[in-house]
Amino acid sequence: MTKYILQRIVYMIITLFIVISATFFLMKLIPGSPFNSAEKLSEEQLHIMNEKYGLNDPVPVQYARYMGGMLKGDLGTSFQFNNTPVTTIISAGIGPSATLGLQAMFFGTIIGIFLGVIAALKQNTWIDYGSTFFAVVGKSIPSFVFAALLQYYIARELGWFPVMLWNGPEYSVLPTIALAMFPISIAARFMRTEMIDVLNSDYITLAKAKGASSFQISVKHALRNALIPVVTVLAPLAVGLMTGSLVIEKIFGIPGIGEAFVRSIMMNDYSVIMGTSILFATLFVVVILLVDILYGLIDPRIRVSGGSSK
Amino acid sequence: MKNSKFSLLVVLTLVLSLFLTACYGGNKEGATTKPNDGGNGEKAETPAVPQELKVFESAELPSMDSVMAEDAASFEIINNVNEGLYRLDKDQKAIPAVASEDPAESEDKLTYTIKLKDNAKWTNGEPVTANDFVFAWQRALDPKTASPYGPYMMIGKIANADKVYDQSAKPEELGVKAIDDHTLEVKLVKPITYFKELMAFPSFYPQNKKFVEEKGAKFGTNAENLVFNGPFKMTDWGGPQATSWKLEKNADYWDAANVKLENIQFNVSKDPQASVNAFESGQVDKTPKLATAAIISQYEGDDQMQRFLEPSVWWIKMNQKNPALKNQNIRRAIALAVDRKALVDDVLQNGSIVADGIVPKEFAADDSGKDFRETGKYLETNKEEAKKLWAQGLKELGQSKLSLGYLSQDTETAKLEASFVKEQLETTLEGLAVEVKSVPFKIKLDLEDKMDYDLLNGGWGPDYQNPMTYMDLWITDGAQNKMGYSNPKFDDLIKQADKETDLNKQFEIFTQAEKVLLEEDVALSPLYQRSVNVLIKAKVKGLVHHNIGGEYSYQWVTIEGE
Repeated sequence: MTKYILQRIVYMIITLFIVISATFFLMKLIPGSPFNSAEKLSEEQLHIMNEKYGLNDPVPVQYARYMGGMLKGDLGTSFQFNNTPVTTIISAGIGPSATLGLQAMFFGTIIGIFLGVIAALKQNTWIDYGSTFFAVVGKSIPSFVFAALLQYYIARELGWFPVMLWNGPEYSVLPTIALAMFPISIAARFMRTEMIDVLNSDYITLAKAKGASSFQISVKHALRNALIPVVTVLAPLAVGLMTGSLVIEKIFGIPGIGEAFVRSIMMNDYSVIMGTSILFATLFVVVILLVDILYGLIDPRIRVSGGSSK
Repeated sequence: MKNSKFSLLVVLTLVLSLFLTACYGGNKEGATTKPNDGGNGEKAETPAVPQELKVFESAELPSMDSVMAEDAASFEIINNVNEGLYRLDKDQKAIPAVASEDPAESEDKLTYTIKLKDNAKWTNGEPVTANDFVFAWQRALDPKTASPYGPYMMIGKIANADKVYDQSAKPEELGVKAIDDHTLEVKLVKPITYFKELMAFPSFYPQNKKFVEEKGAKFGTNAENLVFNGPFKMTDWGGPQATSWKLEKNADYWDAANVKLENIQFNVSKDPQASVNAFESGQVDKTPKLATAAIISQYEGDDQMQRFLEPSVWWIKMNQKNPALKNQNIRRAIALAVDRKALVDDVLQNGSIVADGIVPKEFAADDSGKDFRETGKYLETNKEEAKKLWAQGLKELGQSKLSLGYLSQDTETAKLEASFVKEQLETTLEGLAVEVKSVPFKIKLDLEDKMDYDLLNGGWGPDYQNPMTYMDLWITDGAQNKMGYSNPKFDDLIKQADKETDLNKQFEIFTQAEKVLLEEDVALSPLYQRSVNVLIKAKVKGLVHHNIGGEYSYQWVTIEGE
């Protein structure tokens, strides 16, 4: 297992290196200057600004400099935000985004799994139909529509929660609900299908024959096996949620990283584009590794290294 | 084994909960922006109406260093926490700020001597002196500072600014000198009829040398590393990435007695509908600009919606590198074919008005107070005439059909506008096919720079209060021309206007130049002048909107009633 993990970490580093390099060169293809008032600057002024920020150097030189800095933990400074270090921008934005994403994931998964299990156990009853309907609605309506509805009816009309901003736990309730709708529906749909599948399998029949209670069957045998596909689907989704839902952050005025990333692309803020890309890529590869390890924990039969380890 | 996994799950859940709780710590000002807290609870003892304001802004503050700032959001806050020699009042007239009176002009109008107040102070206790201006201006022109806006504002206006910037002259040779602590002398390259108004622009504000040098690279990075001399001081700002900040009344300000507002809480909100919801729920007293026609129409006629005519003009640029657009009949046909009234009334629906020229309405007035725009209307919509000119133009080109690209931005409003213009041109001008290309702003600028377009939707906001800010864009090879327009007659007029010291005579020259540009040459086709719509609670009185520099002045605001 240790050998496997070490090997995976080496792959992760290679993947990250490729992603960073590709992002760097692709980013340089975006037309335009990173300076806000570029339209008002003369050629000479632009030249002086580019010189100061090393943008007059050939792209490979800039690349080498960036990689060198990055290895020392220096991700550069933002052009748009008057030389603020990228690490400051990331650390300020990742907190709210990750909080919101984890909350949405946590509640979304629990509620979704619960709905899926109940629907499978009560197959073809109104509970099943209700749960399926809920899942379809959650999947097909975008989160910003829920956000707008919640904001209008729950916050503006009823005044139960703040309309927007990010100043305490009560401010996170509505965005969490809006963001959790998708994981709820995904978890519920997968869970229902998998549970039905598992419940109809031979070993469940055997367990029933042995006289196991339905609680034991559902929790001990069926739930665990049905969880594997759910984890596969939800893990990358978790990264997406943690790295910030641009629309939800915008609607609720949450100072998250999603907005910072999109804005940096719009503004040609090179170092912020790089910093956030590195963060997102790292989170992804780490989560993929964790998922693989989690498989083994959920089902000990799934072992790594080509299934030979025992 | 099972138990240990269950314990692991419990521990993980607890750790996650702790993490989530810890993540909310960030905003200390949370309590002040809680909704629905204006009830009669703890605040019942407060005697008068609290002089507090909650404002939403549409963007973060990229910089609070007046030398480094280059965007509207930063200029607005700098204008409220700092001040220069003069300050704009509600009529956009410059009134003395750090200066104690109007400047004394030399006979050739090239040298100004300005006396400073002796009671203007920085919040670190030091007096605001003439040296603070000299320091700030020199700093703005030091290429090492890489000030994005300072050189743009000073070169061509302040003596030797260009030489100091390209380092062929020493910083001390710049045309600004401290005669003594309270007397400043400014030497100009040419007479500037709007000198006082120019001095109200944040790029010309003073900076406290000792403080700036002491802080070094940290200067301006957050509220602790700033010093103020204006009506307010910033007490809570975590730096450019912060989405909230707070201003408090500055007791050291020379006119503090007339500042009634105690504090202003700012938060960033980028979604117009969310801002409106927050406004309705009482979470905010002033929203950012509302750009969506659907929202604006809901508040049409409501006292809470305030509308300001911005000096921002939008037009269609016609690239004369394209042989078809070199033909004047073709250009005139395009200019006359678009129903601008329908564009502002039916498409934009935000109070914008038809633009009759390049210089906007309610922007510049001559000595008698006559608005420049009263000088004439050009290129008024005339579809019949457009059809005739189009046919004539096509004949001259020897073509029966023409295909043109229309470059525009990718915002909702720009897309809507582009499809309207396309429809207007295609239905009026037979044989014309318009292909709309909607791209992000930076890409549009890039394509414009390379002159890689046929027709382009563009606009301009002023940097100083004189028609020149719009007129000199179109001189031959001008930095903003980028459409291949050139007329020596126009260039000459602009040169003449640049030297003219009499405002009324200067306006006459601008009138002639505008006529050449639009009526004679149809170099471009003006579309509309934009209006800004914001929601402001009725209790907020005395908010002043400016055309240039910082958009709003809060120093005269009072809160009356709830």
